[in-house]
Amino acid sequence: MDVAAQSIEGGFADPVFNAQAVFRAVMDAMACPGSVQTLPAFARPPSPLSITAGAVALTLCDNDTPLWLDPALQASAATGSWLGFHSGAPLANTPADAHFALVAKPAELMALDSFSQGTQDYPDRSTTLILQVGDLISGTPFLLEGPGIEITATIAPAQMPRHFVEQWRQNTERFPRGVDIILAAPDGIACLPRTTRIKTMEA
Amino acid sequence: MTDIATYNFAYLDEQTKRMIRRAILKGIAIPGYQVPFASREMPMPYGWGTGGVQVTASIIGPDDVLKVIDQGADDTTNAVSIRAFFRKVANVAVTTDTASATIIQTRHRIPEHPLAAGQVLVYQVPIPEPLRFLEPRETETRKMHALEEYGLMHVKLYEDIARHGRIATTYAYPVKVEGRYVMDPSPTPKFDNPKMNHSPALQLFGAGREKRIYALPPFTEVVSLDFEDHPFEVQTFDQPCALCAAKNVYLDEVILDDHGDHMFVCSDTDYCEKRRGDGHRGHLAPETDLAPETHSAPGNMEPAQ
Repeated sequence: MDVAAQSIEGGFADPVFNAQAVFRAVMDAMACPGSVQTLPAFARPPSPLSITAGAVALTLCDNDTPLWLDPALQASAATGSWLGFHSGAPLANTPADAHFALVAKPAELMALDSFSQGTQDYPDRSTTLILQVGDLISGTPFLLEGPGIEITATIAPAQMPRHFVEQWRQNTERFPRGVDIILAAPDGIACLPRTTRIKTMEA
Repeated sequence: MTDIATYNFAYLDEQTKRMIRRAILKGIAIPGYQVPFASREMPMPYGWGTGGVQVTASIIGPDDVLKVIDQGADDTTNAVSIRAFFRKVANVAVTTDTASATIIQTRHRIPEHPLAAGQVLVYQVPIPEPLRFLEPRETETRKMHALEEYGLMHVKLYEDIARHGRIATTYAYPVKVEGRYVMDPSPTPKFDNPKMNHSPALQLFGAGREKRIYALPPFTEVVSLDFEDHPFEVQTFDQPCALCAAKNVYLDEVILDDHGDHMFVCSDTDYCEKRRGDGHRGHLAPETDLAPETHSAPGNMEPAQ
């Protein structure tokens, strides 16, 4: 299939209700960090953009939200034109300009503090990172605490960025500034808002 | 009839929903922080819950069951008209039963029946800024939130004590969220403040005229501001509900005649009807309810058509 056809096919079949279903999954995941919200395959984006990450991008992004793509996604002309056709989102020049960042290879991600952290006056003006992970059970287990979690929650996403626990501790300390993360696995999503504290599993 | 233009599902266009959804996610990620959003004109005046309606319209789906209350009542004008609005533009099931609702839009009360995980409580908020009556300039209140400078609010509560001997604020009683942001819980009676703390339900706040959205994720610490020697306390009532004999609930005063007779009844109509359906009788309740079958569990449920 040529790039033109790839960029047009595979959007939401039912834009209103698909976007609502994806948003409710993201909202519930953000409200209950560490919980996994399953999601049917609503979108069929061109590789290497995953089905889940593509659906989240179509749900949240539009011409008001500059998007940053990691090098793996930038290398794919089809991905860029698919996102452009279906969401209308412009591409951000630098990670600090991005409202959303789509990351196909989180293990190779640059430092979290290269993205927009928001300001002390407007902490909402920060980047939300959408990380494509292989699964949410095979990586290093994280013990989570914070708002939205009754006692503790556990999640073990695969292929997380380098030194993630230390980077996340710094991110949490910047509160109310900081980035939020949406983890897009093939069968569902989980979220790490900036309020969530990671305790590593060892005592 | 079929030629009349139909609205998008839940009235708002998709770009507006995306904008509000992004604000909701930021609000959840920064509990208690007021996220600015581009509030739209709604087919109802400001003050009728345009903020809450926009939040509800952005999260609601065809499988949701909606309950709308106005000061605890399902049957007052604001609640009836918003419920009818969503039945028309989203064709969702509506109910008066607190337990079976997935989304509860509220004006100034939290239901007496405990909320459960998975439920969403949407508040209609008139003035979202708790510091606004102390400092009218937005530039200054924003700086105060940024610097976590809330001394002014404590001075206000202290002046209450100096003048009245106690903290006289009875509604919109300020709370501190997760030890960081001071937040206005909307004009709910302070009786409801303890219900916000570690609630299993997600709480979303929409202020349409003031263009702000904020949120409390489930299981979030919400502490009412107070002093060690003047601890926060809720209203108490020296008599039970006159219709269902409920104690430890929030009561409304109802004037009965022009001789000064009055009675106190539950502000939460669903809770009161359920109790009367279960056989509880207050001292002014009729011997038999006129139509008890309409009030029996699971409430008045109208499925989607």
